[in-house]
Amino acid sequence: MNIHEYQAKELLRAVGVPIPPGDIATTPNEAETIARGIGKMVVVKAQVHAGGRGKAGGVKLAKTPEEAKEKAQAILGMQIKGLTVEKVLVTEAVDIASEAYVGIILDRASKKPVFMVSPAGGIDIEEVAASTPDKILKLPIETRYGLMPFQAMRLGFFLFDDAAKARTASKIMQQLYTAFMANGCSLAEINPLVVTTAGEVIAVDAKMVIDDNELDRLPVIAALRDESAEEPSEVLARDASLTFIKLDGNVGCVVNGAGLAMATMDLVKYYGGDPANFLDIGGSSNPEKVVAALQIITADKSVKAILFNIFGGITRTDDVANGIVTATKANPLTVPIVIRLTGTNEEIAMKILTENGFSASKDMDEAVQKAVQLATGGQAS
Amino acid sequence: MSVFIDKNTTVVVQGITGRDGSFHAKQMMEYGTQVVAGVTPGKGGQKFEGSVPVYNTVADAAAATGANTSVIYVPPMYAADAIMEAADAGIKLIVAITEGVPVLDMTRVHPYVKEKGARLLGPNCPGLISPGQSKVGIIPGRICTPGPVGVVSRSGTLTYEIVYQLTRAGIGQTTCVGIGGDPINGTNFIDALEAFEADPATKAICMMGEIGGTDEQEAAEFVKRHMKKPVVGFIAGQTAPPGRRMGHAGAIISGSSGTAAEKIQAFEDAGMGVAKRPIDFVELVKARLN
Repeated sequence: MNIHEYQAKELLRAVGVPIPPGDIATTPNEAETIARGIGKMVVVKAQVHAGGRGKAGGVKLAKTPEEAKEKAQAILGMQIKGLTVEKVLVTEAVDIASEAYVGIILDRASKKPVFMVSPAGGIDIEEVAASTPDKILKLPIETRYGLMPFQAMRLGFFLFDDAAKARTASKIMQQLYTAFMANGCSLAEINPLVVTTAGEVIAVDAKMVIDDNELDRLPVIAALRDESAEEPSEVLARDASLTFIKLDGNVGCVVNGAGLAMATMDLVKYYGGDPANFLDIGGSSNPEKVVAALQIITADKSVKAILFNIFGGITRTDDVANGIVTATKANPLTVPIVIRLTGTNEEIAMKILTENGFSASKDMDEAVQKAVQLATGGQAS
Repeated sequence: MSVFIDKNTTVVVQGITGRDGSFHAKQMMEYGTQVVAGVTPGKGGQKFEGSVPVYNTVADAAAATGANTSVIYVPPMYAADAIMEAADAGIKLIVAITEGVPVLDMTRVHPYVKEKGARLLGPNCPGLISPGQSKVGIIPGRICTPGPVGVVSRSGTLTYEIVYQLTRAGIGQTTCVGIGGDPINGTNFIDALEAFEADPATKAICMMGEIGGTDEQEAAEFVKRHMKKPVVGFIAGQTAPPGRRMGHAGAIISGSSGTAAEKIQAFEDAGMGVAKRPIDFVELVKARLN
C-alpha cells in the first residue's frame, strides 16, 4: 500500500526525524492559513501516488500566504499521471546547501532490509545506481539484531565527512529503521536528506510503501489508505476480497489464481487480443465473489467480451457456475461471455451452465481464442 | 524416485483442526500420505478423523511420532512462529501453505530455519506432490501421474493447468514442487533444479516463473552452468503493467527490473526450451524425452 508524503512524514516525525513544519490542505484557503502559521516561505506540494510531481508542476514555492493560496488553487484538481490532486502539503521551504539520499528497501535477493545511501540525493536513485554505482553504499540488515550503532555510523560517514553531521545522519538512520520495522514497510526513503545553509540535517521529502500483508495487524497504518487516490473499481474489488487491476484492453478476464490469471492475459495477447484487466477470484471462491467480479468487469464500458478461466482445485467449479447464473439473472449481460472451466465438480458445473443457456469449454486455448474473436469482431491483430 | 518427499515421508499438520488444515489433512490421507500427527495448541490429546493424534506443540508431536515433515495451515500472523517452531522441533522439511505472511517476519524466519538445518518450502505455496507416493499441501492428486518429469513453479493454479496438460498427454511427473509467490521464500528454483538433477528418475524439468525479482535469471544461469538434464521454462505476466502487484506479493515489476522479457531472454541464453503458451510444454517436453 502506498501512503502519501505527508503521512510518511508524520510517521517519521513520530520517531524523531527532523522534518520542516507543515500541514495538509484540501482548499486554497486552508493552504493560506497554514502558510501564515508557518510565517516563512513555503512549498506547496501535490499529494498523489505518483513520481515526478515536480516535473508535472505539482510542487511550487510561495513567498507569501497569498501566493500559497494561488499555488494551491493551481495544484488542487490538476491531473498527475492520470491521478487528480485532492490534497496539498504546505511546508516550510528550506535553504539547501546539499542533498543526500537515504532509503531502506526489502531486498528479495539478500532476504533482508537493505540500506541504500548516497551523497548524490534529490534525484532518481535508480539513475545514480546505474551511472555512478560507487556513489551508493548498500548495507543489508539482519533484522534479528537490527541496525547496529557502528553500521549507522558507517552510513553517516558515507554521506558526510564532518563528524557532527555524520552523527546526526546516523541518528536519522536509526530512526528511519525504527519506523520501517514498526510500520511494516517494504520501502522507506528520505530523498532528499538536506543539509541547510545553516548546517542542519533535515528530511525534506519522504516516501513509504507498506507491505499489504502487515495491514491486518497494523490498523492505524491500514487507516491511512486513501481510497480517493485509487481506481474506484479496484477499491470495489478489494472490498469483495478480489484482486483486480484495470488494464487498457477489451477482453474482461475472470480467473482463479494469480499465476493462471497472468498466463490467461498473456494468452489473450498471444491470440491477438488485449486483456481489460487482471482479476483473481482466489482459491475458495463462493458464488458471491463471482457476482462481484462480473459487476466490476461489466462496469468497464471498454469490455467487449468476458472470459472465465477456472481451474478447479480448491475452487469448486459449480460455485463459479452458480455465480455466473445468479449474476447474469440479476443483470443480463450486454457483451458475449466465454466460459472455460475444468476440475473439481466440473460435471455439475457444466449441467448448471447448460440448463441456463450457457456453453462452456474445457480447453483454455480454445476459450481464449473465441473470446478474442468476439471482442475484436474477428479483427484480431 | 522423487525429490524432497516420497512414500516414507511422515507428516505433522500444523493447524489440523482449522478449516483449511482439516480439509487438506483428509485429502492428503486419502492420497496415501502418511499423516502421523496434528498440532493445535489446546487440543492436545484429541484424535483427528479418529486416528491421527493431535498435540499441543510440534515438539511433542515430533517426539511422539518421529515426523520428519511439517505442513502449515495456520493464519498469516502466526505462520512465521509456526515455521520456527517446526524448525526448532527438528523437522527437516517445512511446507508453509499460508498466504499473506508479513514479509518482515520472513526476514527473521529465514536465517533461523537455515541454522536449524531445515528446508522451508513457501510460504504462500501449494506444497508438493510425488505422484503415487505422497503429497504434502494442496495440489489436487488426480491431475498428476507418475513419470519422468520434474515440475517447479511459483504459482498454484497455473501449475495445475500445466501438470494436467502433461498428464493428459501421457507425460507423468517425479515430483511437482510449488515454491510459492512471495518475495522472500524458502526453497527457490535453484534448490529444486539441483534436486531434480540429482534424482535419477527425473529426465526433464518444467519450470514456471513469473514477473518480479531475479530468481528465474539466476536459475537460468544455474541451468547453463550445472545442469545436464533438459529444462523447459515459461514466464507468466508478459502483459503485466510495471509497478503493480499481480496477486502474488512477489509478482511485481520494479522500475525496469523483473520483466517477463528479461527472464525469457535469460532462458534462451541458457539454451532452455521456452514455452510461449502453457500447452507448448507438452511438445517441448516430449521432444526432450525422446
